Amino acid sequence: MKMSTLSKVVQLTAIGIYSLGLLASCSSQATTADNKASTEEALAKELPVIQAELTDAPKVPAPITRKHAAKVVVKLEVSEVVKKMADGVDYTFWTFGGSVPGKFIRIRQNDEVEFHLMNHPDSKNPHNIDLHAVTGPGGGAASTFTAPGHETIFNFKALNPGLYVYHCATAPVGMHIANGMYGLILVEPEEGLPKVDKEYYIMQGDFYTKGAFGAPGLQPFDMEKALDENPSYVVFNGSVGSLTGDKALTAKVGETVRLFVGNGGPNLISSFHVIGEIFDNVYTEGGTKVHSNVQTTLVPAGGSAITEFKADVPGNYVLVDHSIFRAFNKGALGMIKVEGGENKRLYSGQIDDRIYQPEGSTVQEMPQSATPKAMVASNKNMRIELGKTLYAQNCQACHQAEGQGMKGAFPPLAKSDFLNSDLNRAIGVVAHGLEGQIKVNGEVYNSTMPKLKLTDEEIANVITYVVNNWGNKGGEVTLDQVKKAKATYKH
Amino acid sequence: MIRRLLTAFLIFGTCGMAMAQKSTPANLAQVKGGTFVPLYGSNGKAVSVQGFRMDKYPVTNAEYAAFVTKNPKWKKHAVKKLFADANYLRHWTSDSNVGKNADKLSNSPVVNVSWFAAKAYCECQGKRLPSINEWEYAALASETKANASKDAKFYQRSLDWYSQPNPKYLPPVQQSFRNYYGIYGMIGLVWEWTSDFNSNMLIGESRANSSLDRQLFCGAGATGASDVQNYVAFMRYAFRSSLKANYTVGNLGFRCVQDVKNQAIAKK
Repeated sequence: MKMSTLSKVVQLTAIGIYSLGLLASCSSQATTADNKASTEEALAKELPVIQAELTDAPKVPAPITRKHAAKVVVKLEVSEVVKKMADGVDYTFWTFGGSVPGKFIRIRQNDEVEFHLMNHPDSKNPHNIDLHAVTGPGGGAASTFTAPGHETIFNFKALNPGLYVYHCATAPVGMHIANGMYGLILVEPEEGLPKVDKEYYIMQGDFYTKGAFGAPGLQPFDMEKALDENPSYVVFNGSVGSLTGDKALTAKVGETVRLFVGNGGPNLISSFHVIGEIFDNVYTEGGTKVHSNVQTTLVPAGGSAITEFKADVPGNYVLVDHSIFRAFNKGALGMIKVEGGENKRLYSGQIDDRIYQPEGSTVQEMPQSATPKAMVASNKNMRIELGKTLYAQNCQACHQAEGQGMKGAFPPLAKSDFLNSDLNRAIGVVAHGLEGQIKVNGEVYNSTMPKLKLTDEEIANVITYVVNNWGNKGGEVTLDQVKKAKATYKH
Repeated sequence: MIRRLLTAFLIFGTCGMAMAQKSTPANLAQVKGGTFVPLYGSNGKAVSVQGFRMDKYPVTNAEYAAFVTKNPKWKKHAVKKLFADANYLRHWTSDSNVGKNADKLSNSPVVNVSWFAAKAYCECQGKRLPSINEWEYAALASETKANASKDAKFYQRSLDWYSQPNPKYLPPVQQSFRNYYGIYGMIGLVWEWTSDFNSNMLIGESRANSSLDRQLFCGAGATGASDVQNYVAFMRYAFRSSLKANYTVGNLGFRCVQDVKNQAIAKK
């Protein structure tokens, strides 16, 4: 549609220039040849001038309340910066505005935008910008090719409403996008978007580093992995953990939440999903059509979606790319914390957890299967090292990564009085399981810890790991101690 | 260097004539002629490059300061806007030399110079700017091979450099890597001006009608890893086509070359 509009505009402009002659001296903004052209031209000159408010993810500029078009001045600076990709991992990001994703731009349909692209003098590369919201050659890329230390300016009129991706389109395009050069521009329809309580900006991207996921240090870009479309990282908002922990998004029960979701790519398509929520509305692919009651929505590389839901039930809601290995192994995880009163009729929480032991279920072993011999620790450090893996495999799901537990459900191991006051009891709990009421750091827990199928050596390792972390008392649990404690501590 | 300039100045008064003086080839390296396939501009056909002599190092701040002293019209504040934009010699705190960072930068490549300035400098040395083909040809060399275009590791070096931000102070020219010809810093130091930098104009929109895209996709589809090399040259061509002759950029310097023929004349 855009193409045909464009060629029509070109034709009409040509006719206009030919027939009127006088127009030859007009600016190139003349869009039609009839009288409307001159009125629009006149109106354009009178548009109020507004400096665009630009925000870094996950923030979004305030909704537009004005009821008329404006001339919006957008100033976007390109810079090449070293930033965190994950804990201990740095990467040289090429950015629109200093971070990935680029600044969020919010304008209104029929606004006229004066776009300034500044390339920082310290940049190594020339850059430009292709805004998918632009109708014109290259989406602006052809007019904004900018050497380091220079600034280019072009104007466009936002003809179509929607949520659009912008990105760098300088050769080599793939590398510029792979280094983080993308962001979102929202063109609100003239009537505006329905009011919601919270709005957030989330953009997915895939990254290709020489080292594997988690390999420390400043990681260079890996062209081969990029060509193979085999990313080391798939993340929201430019780094692993950008939307978790303290940086999690928030909402209150009863609030409506709107997520502006983009996908910079360069390669992968996102299956965007919020665990435990159903999108009441999705503006599919960032357009005008609204789909209701959507579980997972596809966000194409170089595309977007607007999703809305009402936060009904308190708790933590995890944002994922439901191509799920990306979420759990490559970083595509975020979180929304919803606070407020519970409504047990909407969601009861766990009502009961019973031991389920079918008759005659013993662990089956294949006849000739030889289990590889486990490594035996020869000193405390090695115990801690081996224990760490065991913890992740057996304990972390309940007691959590930092031993913090989950209030009301799983007691903490970090700075735990219950643990530190009696390690032999702890050994017993791991070896034999524990059921019933206990008190940990002043909180009462009444749940079940299953008996873990660990060897004595493994028990020694995992407890040594736990007591040497998270503010616990330290020390080493030996094989002998485990053997004795197992025998004496039975409940 | 200064003495040489001075001599030239005294005898001939203008830069253009300096060519006739005897020049010491100590700071020049011989690049033997040959053929190669440039990324653009030859439709995939091999082009031949005549043998030439190339500066071993990019021109340093100290050398450029000497030039400016001899040719005051190229001083930071004297230069005509037509010939250099407002960032000309931006990193110099003085009008005619590096100024307060002299200890850190004297021996580092001069940057923030326009094509006009670079061209004038080389002419004053009895040299000229290299053509794109000459530059690319000399840059094909790794430490041990004249043509390392099949060496993925060699190209990764470029890729790493291109994706790192500029250091606060550029290192001295001698600290960069020395290639097969004995030329330093072709990769990993600064971008460099060429005489015909804008002859392979890529339009800003780097995906559409330029032949560029087709080459990239063909290459990418064909060979996987070895395609990395195209990417590297690709970035240099893209950088060049973002420039205009009066532009100055914080990581763009230059070096000069000399025709072997002129060299022969000079030796007589």
